[in-house]
Amino acid sequence: MDQTFWTYFFVAATFGLYIGIAIWARAGSTNDFYVAGHGVHPTVNGMATAADWMSAASFLSMAGLIAFLGYGGSVYLMGWTGGYVLLALLLAPFLREFGKFTVPDFVGDRYYSTTARVIAVICALFVSFTYIAGQMKGVGVAFAGFLGVPFELGIVIGMVIVFFYAVLGGMKGITYTQVAQYCVMIFAYTVPAIFMSLIITGNPIPQLGFIGEAQGEGISMLEKLNTVVTDLGFIEYTQTNKSMADVFCITAALMFGTAGLPHVIIRFFTVKSADAARISAGWALVFIAILYTTAPAVGAFARINFVDTVNESTYISDEENYAERAAEIEADGGKPVPAWYKDWEATGLLEFEDRNNDGVMQYRGPNAPDGVENEVSPDNDIFVLANPQIADLPGWVIGLVVAGGLAAALSTAAGLLMVISSAVSHDLCRRTLFKGMTDKDELRVARLAAASAVVAAGLLGVFSNNLGFVAQVVAFAFGLAAASLFPVIFLGIFWKRMNKEGAIAAMSTGLITTFGYIYWFKFVDPDPSNWLFGVSPEGIGFVFMWLALIVGVVTALVTKAPPDEIQELVEDIRVPGTRAAHDGGDTEMAPAE
Amino acid sequence: MADETRRPDRKAYWRATIRLTISLLVIWFAVSYGAGILLRGFLDQFMLGGAPLGFWFAQQGAIYVFVLLIFIYCLAMRRIAKKYGVEG
Repeated sequence: MDQTFWTYFFVAATFGLYIGIAIWARAGSTNDFYVAGHGVHPTVNGMATAADWMSAASFLSMAGLIAFLGYGGSVYLMGWTGGYVLLALLLAPFLREFGKFTVPDFVGDRYYSTTARVIAVICALFVSFTYIAGQMKGVGVAFAGFLGVPFELGIVIGMVIVFFYAVLGGMKGITYTQVAQYCVMIFAYTVPAIFMSLIITGNPIPQLGFIGEAQGEGISMLEKLNTVVTDLGFIEYTQTNKSMADVFCITAALMFGTAGLPHVIIRFFTVKSADAARISAGWALVFIAILYTTAPAVGAFARINFVDTVNESTYISDEENYAERAAEIEADGGKPVPAWYKDWEATGLLEFEDRNNDGVMQYRGPNAPDGVENEVSPDNDIFVLANPQIADLPGWVIGLVVAGGLAAALSTAAGLLMVISSAVSHDLCRRTLFKGMTDKDELRVARLAAASAVVAAGLLGVFSNNLGFVAQVVAFAFGLAAASLFPVIFLGIFWKRMNKEGAIAAMSTGLITTFGYIYWFKFVDPDPSNWLFGVSPEGIGFVFMWLALIVGVVTALVTKAPPDEIQELVEDIRVPGTRAAHDGGDTEMAPAE
Repeated sequence: MADETRRPDRKAYWRATIRLTISLLVIWFAVSYGAGILLRGFLDQFMLGGAPLGFWFAQQGAIYVFVLLIFIYCLAMRRIAKKYGVEG
């Protein structure tokens, strides 16, 4: 089959490319392994950060989520991009100036405390493992859906590939593979979007088509979309039924969570100076924005397309010959169910239940004016996956989209593996348990930790498929990063008086409250009417972040001020160039300039 | 830094950095939480092409401004560093 051939072709070609890069970029020291020798060009790092950041969820699910949520989907768009402003202005340049390897490294040294370091390790591991399970699951789903490979085997193949370039190449291998993965991903995303935009609005640029006119209808595309969905009983596309407070909190939790995610932060340790870290954050957001400003257009086009082609079409069952039956229906003046729908039905991403037994597929919202019951339930992921077919693009584009989805999942998984491996080998082993380790030993432990983390992540991926809870635990990752890691890093830079006791109190408060709240409302009592201030578990990290900040500041004020050399350290990281002059940090681990 | 005639003024450098950071964060807040969320209802009466303005800010405009903000920050920080003699 043509399409299967192209899918195999692109997946095999891109995997070969990643392995080739890994062999070329082998890491020789811990410096190479953790931070790619601090020598990555800012633009290259920006591109790698973009790939690191954009996961299977960004690539496959986000446009679909926006298609269903309309304005409500804005929380993801603003939240997952606005965090980079916080990162660039408040964290990245200072952490780079600090010049160490990991996030717990900063927390441990700044707060002169092994306890603080270990709590930061726990936060980093927790955030990264919840996140990585979703990526491995994404890999499994992509393999199962497109190549007919069993789900578990798909995960194993993904594990082997990541194992190869993460364990061998460390951060250096990961950086250059992520650059390749970004290119694959963005090409696979924009090509179908351009064609969809041309079909629906006549404008080849999706961002302009988004605010343009619906082709040949004399009204704007969004106006048409609003009419189409309200006629079916949904709320207007440009409105939401979430409360303003909830939209505010979810956006903020995603933003502060983004800024606090260790796998994003460590990418800024790989460039050579604070200035390079700032520029790099700018480039990262440019590369992310290309996909993120295309996504709302894809979402809107997909929603219009879905209603146009599927609603009121006559269903053709699997027992019938599709081509013959479709011709018959058309001859009778009807609309046959589109071919792409039949192709995707087997994956379970689309479901049709003929409630009124008329053989026609009625797609309706909860308040349909004609009182007809909804019969079609599409999954969020279907829109990006089926777009190439909906837009009648050739088979190779579909293969490309599969390779793009895998690139998105693998690049993020690799970045997370680095956090896990460095937290264990560097912060737990070398800096806490076995202080006399040599660089060589540490590198060996780092590789071993990365290898075990790959296996653990794979198992989590397999396990989570049976439970089907990955979508829910993603809220954990952002909420925890926002409430536990962001406050201590931020205060550590901007408030000299912040001390060990405050940091430990703040991290524990953020970790425990956010974990407890999300766990309670996701798994024990899912009733929204009991939410604190009406804030959903997705947005609660923002509320508890403030609580952690307050608890941290109050605790610090009632306890002893940090030692003078720590206050000096803080002054040093604020002003570029002074830290090296003051001979800060372990010389052997100082930035290699 | 070897340049004796221009001793870096670290305090002034940090004050200028804080001022810049706060003004950029005000814009950051205004385009996303302001235009995209709190004032959306009001802004939606205006149209940008075929999109209600508040909705457009939430799904497009805020992201473009975010990108600009980071690059403005980079350039302004270079000027501040030069002005106060920080970074050799």
